[in-house]
Amino acid sequence: MENTLVSRVTLVVNGEPRAVVVDNRMSVLDLLREKLGLTGSKKGCDHGQCGACTVLIDGRRANACLALAVAYDGADIRTVEGLAGGAGLHPLQEAFVRHDAFQCGYCTPGQLCSAAGMLTEAGPSAITEELDSDPPLTPGEIRERMSGNLCRCGAYVNIVKAITVVAEGGPA
Amino acid sequence: MRAFSYVRAASPEEAVSDYRPGAAYLGGGTNLVDLMRLGVAAPDQVIDVTRAVGDRVTEGEDGELRIGGGVRNSDLANHPAVRERYPLLARAVLNGASGQIRNMATVGGNLLQRTRCPYFQDVGMPCNKRDPGSGCQATAPGADTEHMAIIGHSPFCVATHPSDMAVALTALGARVRVAGPDGGRWVQMPGLHRLPDGIPDRDTVLTPGELITEVVLPPPPSGRSAYRKVRERASFAFALVSLAAVLDIGPDGRVRDCRLALGGVAHVPWRAHAAERVALSLPATPQTFARAAEEELRYARPLPGNEYKVTLARNLIVSVLEELAR
Repeated sequence: MENTLVSRVTLVVNGEPRAVVVDNRMSVLDLLREKLGLTGSKKGCDHGQCGACTVLIDGRRANACLALAVAYDGADIRTVEGLAGGAGLHPLQEAFVRHDAFQCGYCTPGQLCSAAGMLTEAGPSAITEELDSDPPLTPGEIRERMSGNLCRCGAYVNIVKAITVVAEGGPA
Repeated sequence: MRAFSYVRAASPEEAVSDYRPGAAYLGGGTNLVDLMRLGVAAPDQVIDVTRAVGDRVTEGEDGELRIGGGVRNSDLANHPAVRERYPLLARAVLNGASGQIRNMATVGGNLLQRTRCPYFQDVGMPCNKRDPGSGCQATAPGADTEHMAIIGHSPFCVATHPSDMAVALTALGARVRVAGPDGGRWVQMPGLHRLPDGIPDRDTVLTPGELITEVVLPPPPSGRSAYRKVRERASFAFALVSLAAVLDIGPDGRVRDCRLALGGVAHVPWRAHAAERVALSLPATPQTFARAAEEELRYARPLPGNEYKVTLARNLIVSVLEELAR
């Protein structure tokens, strides 16, 4: 008899199609880490509260811990391992290094993926004065938009600085 | 987590016909998956409805706005018609959760999310909402009541509804389209969520198997509007108290229309009808707004430890209305 508690899913992970059989309970995060060996995405809280597991799903940032893998059959997933899209570093990674935007580094992959997604998101935030505007990414706007990523070392000052540099399009 | 079978429904009809007791509909999963991991929810079948319900926002010729139940929160807040015509709703959605969660969470799921009461979320604690008849730890001596309800609660449950979006929809008078085993129906807000009474396990008037397919907003009300949220940190926290307010002032300086809904104070997004009635036709002055707020909060019954919410709600109503009257 067919086991209905497991499913076969095909995902494109960092540009490569990957077909795997998953227990329906498995999150995208556990799939990445335990089935595909991509341990860059981190498990902090496993409740969607810390952002350490943030990846890009179909180009949008999401908490991989809250995503059931079975529900993302066919999705395109980009993790920190594939952020640069080849050799070398993504501009955000370069900026994080240059501006010392981490201490222990555990939240960093999530911060990077979240920032990459955030920079593609148009429109106002909760603190934007005028709703019909695409406001400049001031440090205040970056802090609001990045509030789903916690850093227990408190490296926020330099995280904001690194993201600001990339948002302004300057050299890292 | 309990093992479950998974199906992806292609239409509301298919989702509803797949439903049987013990199943759960899955939207963005930002609340359900967490509750399953905590053991609070334990469906043996998950019906993915993200392809079954609409994911578009469309403007009707009648001035209404139709929002598919599968629209993601971030798409809703960023839709030009929402930003321009219903800024109250855009503000409320942007004040909820985080960027990641707003990208995942759906409109239907937002309305049906469960309370964040810590005793509800802890399967080691008694909870009448999670386990009817087991008791309410939030009313036990020494309980942490800081985030609990101050109005409309019962001895069986003092939990609050956590949504920001639902508070705005309550002020705007949204209608919710529901598909179910017995066909479709409309539910008017306020009226989707219910007070706990003796059956706090039922958050809404929906019956098992019913599915939210669409939310429809009437044409935007006249006047100015605002959503203000008070919380313990600047971002990514649930409301202690929040307020969605619409205020329309006539040429005579009197209140022509006033709509108020409070979040964080009750088991439902709380429409402040009593305050609205007081304010109507009176001069739009701080005195009027204070009288209106007092009238609403006459019915408040704070718990030991959350009296501050009464003051907070009163001050929020007065200060937001004053700002809108300026």
